[in-house]
Amino acid sequence: MTDQAPPLPGPILLDEVVPARAPSMRVVKRGQTLRIVDLEGNQAVDFLIYNAHDDAERYSSQDTIAAQCNLYLRAGSVLRSNEGAPMMTLIGTSVAYHDTIGGACSCESNTLRYGHHTKGQHACVENFLLANAAEGRGKRDMVPNVNWFMNVPVEADGTLGIVDGISAPGLYVDLRAEMDVTVVVSNCPQINNPCNGFDPTPVRMLIAG
Amino acid sequence: MSAASTARPQGARDHARAQAGAKVEAMPTLPATAATELPPGVAAETVIWDETIAAGGYASRQFGRGARLRLTDLKGDACASLLIFNAERPVERLNIADTLKVQWNGYLGAGRLLLSDMGRVLMSLLEDTAGTHDGFCGASNQASNARKYGDGCNHGAHPNARDRLLLGAAKFGLGRKDVHPCVNLFKGVRIEADGSTTPLVGPFAPGRQVTLRAEMDVIVVIANCPHVLDPRTEYSVTPLRATAWRGPVTAPDDPVRNATPEGLRAFLNVEDYYLR
Repeated sequence: MTDQAPPLPGPILLDEVVPARAPSMRVVKRGQTLRIVDLEGNQAVDFLIYNAHDDAERYSSQDTIAAQCNLYLRAGSVLRSNEGAPMMTLIGTSVAYHDTIGGACSCESNTLRYGHHTKGQHACVENFLLANAAEGRGKRDMVPNVNWFMNVPVEADGTLGIVDGISAPGLYVDLRAEMDVTVVVSNCPQINNPCNGFDPTPVRMLIAG
Repeated sequence: MSAASTARPQGARDHARAQAGAKVEAMPTLPATAATELPPGVAAETVIWDETIAAGGYASRQFGRGARLRLTDLKGDACASLLIFNAERPVERLNIADTLKVQWNGYLGAGRLLLSDMGRVLMSLLEDTAGTHDGFCGASNQASNARKYGDGCNHGAHPNARDRLLLGAAKFGLGRKDVHPCVNLFKGVRIEADGSTTPLVGPFAPGRQVTLRAEMDVIVVIANCPHVLDPRTEYSVTPLRATAWRGPVTAPDDPVRNATPEGLRAFLNVEDYYLR
């Protein structure tokens, strides 16, 4: 399933399939590599990072964008914390770019984007809240996230939106932890926009090193 | 003050009291109703806050639903970084990703809404004579200011926006986890076709203004520090005036409320929240 990806460095410590619509929370130690594989193609993977030893330090899309002077996450991008520290480095990917401005879908934002009939649908914020609750984190720990395999272009007049994806079956992203981190994933359940090709599917996560 | 000895409490008291009445550029107006330079039609008795925030300074303040907050870039080089919280439940706060995504646009200006993570409008932008704002790049931090200016400590000459926002939030009992991604007013960032960021930091003509309307009871935290992408090697920022006055809650026929279907639903969610 990972034929297009290079060999992972070091022994495989985790190899799991995250079911469609489900969360996952894992620790990645400094120096280890996390690989996420888009098994069936165009499946958005919403992604948060916390310092494993001090979770008030967490991923910051704004600090990441400002430090690299670019909106998009590409090979070489450094994912930074709210205090400016490198948390993970995107050391390789077979997708041209990934999103970090689109945020996570929520029951509440779904009511704005699609109408109040969507309030009861499952959403990424529900996955994040429930996964984080296991470690005592709550709503104050929710911040704008990374969306692996999601495509959010920005046009010259500022028009932006979640559009058809540029990923495909088997494409991957490799992340090297620059500190001990807890990563929380929501395998996006959204069915009202094209971020999952209107059909949420499983993804694979491997940790090596 | 050479006559006052501060060796004993009475002398120290006299010395302290003799300092009152001094005027400096950056200070609050008390009572706020003594504010001058009000917009046409705004009565002095409705003013609830008037303060000049120093270059590198900050302030935080609570506003009732309907209040108007006008920010003035007095000398053309201010950068107002804003956090916004639901005052009665600060776990609800500005969500910049939802703000941009729901409005299908990355740029802020007159008519735009600042949305919470609960699908509600915290504040709306009523007027804007600046046109250069930024929702992408956030606040400077100690390390980024240290790299640029040699020092980024809050107690030094180049205070960073994150520490300023943290202090403003702390005055309301909030902490590190509450300092969320901010919006930067008066300094802009243009997004190029390849996604790269071009800072639009001026300096601009003095007197540019933004007027916001509180759509909920809110806490606003404002830091006035150089934009994180400001390319100048000097710590360049000028004072910011904040003036607020009471106003009516947004009416059903308000044009900002009704401008887009997504925005209207955000107002409906606010109105639903206040049914109690």
